Amino acid sequence: MAHSIQDHLKGSIIAGLLAMVLAVPFIGLYTVSTDQGLVVEQRWPWVFWSGLIVSVGSFLMGLARDLLAARRAAKPKLAASAKPSRDDALTAKLSKGFAIGITLFAITLPFMPFSDRYIMDVGTTVLIYVLLGMGLNVTVGLAGLLDLGFVAFYAIGAYSFAILSTTLGWGFWVCLPLSGLIAALFGALLSMPILRLRGDYLAIVTLGFGEITRIVILNWQSFTGGPAGISGIPRPSLFGLSFDRRPPEGLTSFHEVTGIAFATEHRLMFLYLIALTLVLAAAWVIKRLRALPIGRAWEALREDEIACRSLGINPVASKVSAYAVGGMLGGFAGCFFAARQGFVSPESFGFIESALILAIVVLGGMGSQIGVVIAALFIVLLPEVGREFADFRMIVFGIAMIAIMVWRPGGLLSQRVPTIRLSSQKGAGA
Amino acid sequence: MTDQPLLSVTGLTMRFGGLVAVDSVNLTAETNKITALIGPNGAGKTTIFNCLTGFYKPTSGELTLNRPGQSPVSLQTLAGYQVSRHGVVRTFQNIRLFPRMTVLENLLVAQHVGLMKKAAFGVAGLIGLKGWRAAEKEAIDRARFWIDRLDLTNVADEEAGNLSYGVQRRVEIARAMNTNPLLLCLDEPAAGLNPKETGALGDLLRGIREQFGIGILLIEHDMGLVMGISDRIHVVEYGRKIAEGTPEQIRSDERVIKAYLGEPDEEELPAMVAEDVAGQEGGRA
Repeated sequence: MAHSIQDHLKGSIIAGLLAMVLAVPFIGLYTVSTDQGLVVEQRWPWVFWSGLIVSVGSFLMGLARDLLAARRAAKPKLAASAKPSRDDALTAKLSKGFAIGITLFAITLPFMPFSDRYIMDVGTTVLIYVLLGMGLNVTVGLAGLLDLGFVAFYAIGAYSFAILSTTLGWGFWVCLPLSGLIAALFGALLSMPILRLRGDYLAIVTLGFGEITRIVILNWQSFTGGPAGISGIPRPSLFGLSFDRRPPEGLTSFHEVTGIAFATEHRLMFLYLIALTLVLAAAWVIKRLRALPIGRAWEALREDEIACRSLGINPVASKVSAYAVGGMLGGFAGCFFAARQGFVSPESFGFIESALILAIVVLGGMGSQIGVVIAALFIVLLPEVGREFADFRMIVFGIAMIAIMVWRPGGLLSQRVPTIRLSSQKGAGA
Repeated sequence: MTDQPLLSVTGLTMRFGGLVAVDSVNLTAETNKITALIGPNGAGKTTIFNCLTGFYKPTSGELTLNRPGQSPVSLQTLAGYQVSRHGVVRTFQNIRLFPRMTVLENLLVAQHVGLMKKAAFGVAGLIGLKGWRAAEKEAIDRARFWIDRLDLTNVADEEAGNLSYGVQRRVEIARAMNTNPLLLCLDEPAAGLNPKETGALGDLLRGIREQFGIGILLIEHDMGLVMGISDRIHVVEYGRKIAEGTPEQIRSDERVIKAYLGEPDEEELPAMVAEDVAGQEGGRA
């Protein structure tokens, strides 16, 4: 089991050489903008140093792994006797505690003394991704239907609000449910042609749906504004109170009515709180749905479609409802996104967004809502934290993703929490 | 109504391209009786099951379910998922549980159709109306009844996929019974069970038949079990039914013995093969 020092040395030298090869394009070459335009510069010492770091690191890690393995071998009983059911109960308890903690933190965050515009802004972004992740989690995590084009619902929600508000003049609170409904309708429509598909084929068709939506938006100039997008989308108001310095016609402003001095922070706080409300509502609804027949049917569909049919569950209805509910949450997120930015354009809805949302679901552990929250925090915050690494922040991001997938291949929270336990039911029946 | 058998299958034929898997088979299964369907491997037993439970559309034939007090249903006209809603439920040769859901959840999924109506397609359930809560409690009680009946109490909150093979078989039967069936179709329920478990399974099936008066249709290779619990046995070979009768009749039926043990004189080539060989040699000469 344990390897000799020579083995480790050999392995680490190979790893170091590989890292140096990879480092040539990633680190060795960089661009500088000069008077003559963009110029590629080279920095070979950096390549050497990164190779050395990887080499030494992999050597030390190999030694540490041997040490740990030896220690584990010394007391094998402990690992063998651990019962999975107790582990499961502990995970349930931990994730419940975490859920309460993070909710309290999220609610109090805007009122903390240290919270500023930057924190509110990043926090709102995290919440949008949590909402998107929860939506995709319904289709991918619960119903087991892969969707690589989830961004389509995000875009449909955003454009629904943008178009309704700029042409008909409807406000955010009217358009929010409408956007959700329109996105849900598209979700149901999309689910029709893919009822018989699974696996790779399903992935390709959903990927196509995402791209079709983006390209239609890009080219339908008269309706969507094409590549120029739609601007002048009204901001959300609080019972008719605007958060702008000069409120639009027909609205009074928040700072005038309440007498609090005007500050743009208030608007950011307000947006944050709307997003938080949406996320909490979505989390509650999905939690309830999971314990209802419709949610159980989704999970059963993920587990075994043939068994579902033999028990009288209509797989068509289950798939359509899963896509509709997932799409609806995507639509809400899109509507909110449009309201927050005040501007939408096709650029915001590329494939990379779909990939990012899917990464959140997979990273969090399919089907786990808390997992989605943690993963969204991770995916949005890591590049922010990584700003200190400047050029290397995407490398740091990539390394972190690989590390998680190596150590937790099933996602951060891969343990499924049962929707009901017989032991917690009152034993009156039967 | 009483003289009509619960299930009557007439002229069931299933063709896959040129292959005739099931050839005009007639079958009946009665309430309060255990009917067995036996035959060598590849005889078409599971194909008959798949036609019966809506997984295949039969090429021709009539599958009639005579429900007590209700009009008869032609099963072959139903969409696959509707068959169990009319009272015919099945288990699978290779167990098909929902592995990452607990035993209790598996049994609740089986009650989906009734619960879905009570939950008003989610709306009543979402806001937790009283009617829904009562329906949910009833469903849990029914699940609990079958969990206790099949001795699954200790594993009710375990994920079904983590259970041993024999226990999974029991969970599958419990799940099927949670749909409130009229006819329970079991596809090789004793496969992979040890003799003790097989004995318990026989007792269980007899108990279910007596207590609930439903019909049981059984595909099984374990002759001890089949002969011990069946009221009536149908034998199929190469897609055709070759015999039908009580266990005693089947045991002494010559065609059945032939189907299972082969021709008594094995040195001689069967007539058709001998002709073939002769023809080829003639052609070469």
